[in-house]
Amino acid sequence: MSAAADIPHAQISACPACAVAPSAERLAQLSAPTEARLMLSLPTAHCAACISTVESGLEALPGIRSARVNLTLKRVLIEADPDVTPDRVIADLDRLGYEAHELDAGMLSATETDRQGRELLMRLGVAGFAMMNIMLLSVAVWSGAEAHTRDLFHWISGMIAIPTVVFAGQPFFRSAWTALKAGRLGMDVPISLAIILASSISVYETWHSGHHAYFDAAVMLTFFLLAGRYLDHRTRAVARSAAQELAALEVPRAILLRDGTEATVPVAQLMVGDLVLVRPGGRMPVDGVVVAGTSEIDRSLLTGESLPVYAGPDQVVSAGEVNLTGPLTVRVTAAGRDTSLFRMAELVAIAESAKTRYTSLADRAARAYSPLVHILSFSAFGYWMWTTGGDIRYAINISAAVLIITCPCALGLAVPAVVTAASGKLFRKGLLIKSGTALERLAEVDTVVFDKTGTLTMGAPAPTNLADHSPADLSVAMALASASSHPLALALAGAARAAGVEPATLSDLREVPGYGIEGEFQGRLVRLGRAAWVGAHPLDVTATYLRVGDRIAGFSFSDTLRPGAEAAVSGLMAQGKTVWLVSGDATGAVRDMALRLGIADWIAGALPAEKAAKVAALTAAGHKVLMVGDGLNDTAALASAHVSVSPASALDAARVASDIVLLGRDIGAIVDAARIAVTSTRRIKENFYISAAYNVVAVPIALVGLATPLWAAAAMSLSSITVSLNALRMK
Amino acid sequence: MGILTVLIPVSLILGGIGLAAFFWSLKNRQYDDPEGDARRILTKDWDDHPKP
Repeated sequence: MSAAADIPHAQISACPACAVAPSAERLAQLSAPTEARLMLSLPTAHCAACISTVESGLEALPGIRSARVNLTLKRVLIEADPDVTPDRVIADLDRLGYEAHELDAGMLSATETDRQGRELLMRLGVAGFAMMNIMLLSVAVWSGAEAHTRDLFHWISGMIAIPTVVFAGQPFFRSAWTALKAGRLGMDVPISLAIILASSISVYETWHSGHHAYFDAAVMLTFFLLAGRYLDHRTRAVARSAAQELAALEVPRAILLRDGTEATVPVAQLMVGDLVLVRPGGRMPVDGVVVAGTSEIDRSLLTGESLPVYAGPDQVVSAGEVNLTGPLTVRVTAAGRDTSLFRMAELVAIAESAKTRYTSLADRAARAYSPLVHILSFSAFGYWMWTTGGDIRYAINISAAVLIITCPCALGLAVPAVVTAASGKLFRKGLLIKSGTALERLAEVDTVVFDKTGTLTMGAPAPTNLADHSPADLSVAMALASASSHPLALALAGAARAAGVEPATLSDLREVPGYGIEGEFQGRLVRLGRAAWVGAHPLDVTATYLRVGDRIAGFSFSDTLRPGAEAAVSGLMAQGKTVWLVSGDATGAVRDMALRLGIADWIAGALPAEKAAKVAALTAAGHKVLMVGDGLNDTAALASAHVSVSPASALDAARVASDIVLLGRDIGAIVDAARIAVTSTRRIKENFYISAAYNVVAVPIALVGLATPLWAAAAMSLSSITVSLNALRMK
Repeated sequence: MGILTVLIPVSLILGGIGLAAFFWSLKNRQYDDPEGDARRILTKDWDDHPKP
């Protein structure tokens, strides 16, 4: 007792300075890593050798206690001493030949313990065990067990079946109860009714030494439907965990400046008034005002502009913008939930909830099916009560048989089996289906709206008019460009190198952040950079300008096309879809891109609201719109479209708003997605017809009272197997 | 018929053992990384004794 009481005391006295210097304490607390568990994504791991190389390689390092590779999720979980940093481990993995990215473990913890999936699997296992044992006994009864033997077998079946149904049927009972409370008749109401009625009537029949007991049917029903439920859950869990992994890749960290020292802290701990350092290449973690430094910032993810914007003291910056050239010190004006980035993401959530909910094919089928089954069953009960003159036992038997035989085993499996097969196929092609009904909606699309920057283009510029310049200018431009890490300069230097240009020899090279690079060439001042700084007239496309003495030359750039962009546009047009290009970028750049891809309908300079309005207008005109976009300015349009796709490089808000995420770089996969969506919707409908056909044959037999438990078992398993096989036919 | 009093409990117990084994594997997260486990058996690491 006394030892325990001493500990907090000891901690307080261990840091006497903390009380007088709270900021130092906060800094120490913030910079000290609290987690000794690291989670890294290993996108290139694929084989047995990868596992042992990574695990033994990491475990040989000092400070690392254990490393475990999960090849299914392509991740490695590391337990290490608190002083091991992710950067160090990533560098070590790079030396071993593996690309690694840090994952935010907090964001992934939900997928780690997939309780719901395990629970479903456990219920499925119990139902499967019970089904096999009961079937063993049922086959004996069907093949002619008589009198006491039959009764004994029925009793044993009942003793296995009742606990099984109570345990394994819970997901159906629960959702049927919620549906009933809300005054709806979902698919689970007839399912639960059939399971409960079949079990209770069998208990009654067994008690009275009856000939027929439906224990096997009740358990089989539970098993098949749980299998469908589990498939459904798995597809969504895989999509969810992949989507979470994308989100977790952006570990939100910022460099906090306090009392002249730098500390890396989670963005969530930043407060208004803090000073944050944003290095070139970094993304603004917060909204704020620049207090020191000059640079250029890339706002394309927020506005779609492909041209970088100048940033200097007193310039307002928003979270999500990328700093390009010089370090900036930013005073935080809004952090976390108050940033414009977060507010935009919230707008999307509102837009999503307001959007008219799409009713899935399965729901529409259930809506027609549930009342029909109940009416059939009740009228069979009424008819047989009337014909037999009040034999309630016989009438209930018939109506239970009707419920069991019509029970939507096939219906419950038809959709999940097809969606699982289709999502698996698309996942291998690099498309992640996030929403269960996305495929059905994609199949209906007749108009496609593309965003430009970052969607049809990679967001990486390439010079377009190198050939117009004299070799002398080119070599000066190349020498200047090589000294900078600005994206336009990098592209220019790279292209010049590829064209075999030799850089000129310059002296006094220096970069002026936010403006460009200048130097001295044969005694003359040379500059490469912004139009105003160089003294040139700006062109209407992305460009950088060169000044050699009094001569001025402009280098124009256009974005490099994303691989598969041409194939995507022409493929979608070949499928008879109308293609639009709606971008927030300048007219020149958008016009060039539309011409290059053969898109007749384009809109430039569109504000976020105008994009959403365009989508709404197309929808109002009766079109089903597919929106493809990546920026924050696209999110409203993504949320209001019939179905939406965003690339993995998109902002988190855009990915959340979209139904499908493009994991690879190649956008041509969209054409495959559209084709597979059409086939899978056709398969789903075929499966509905197949189960309907079974019911057309089986229901009359049940209605006239000829259905035996053997019949019910045969019809149920045959239809379930047929729809599963039909789903696997997916090409 | 006497054979039934032996065979039925036997089949139930055997099935029950299978079910218990399934629960055990589920609780031990044996299904978390099916692909990795399929590859792991091919490596020679820890063939002599289990990983400590």
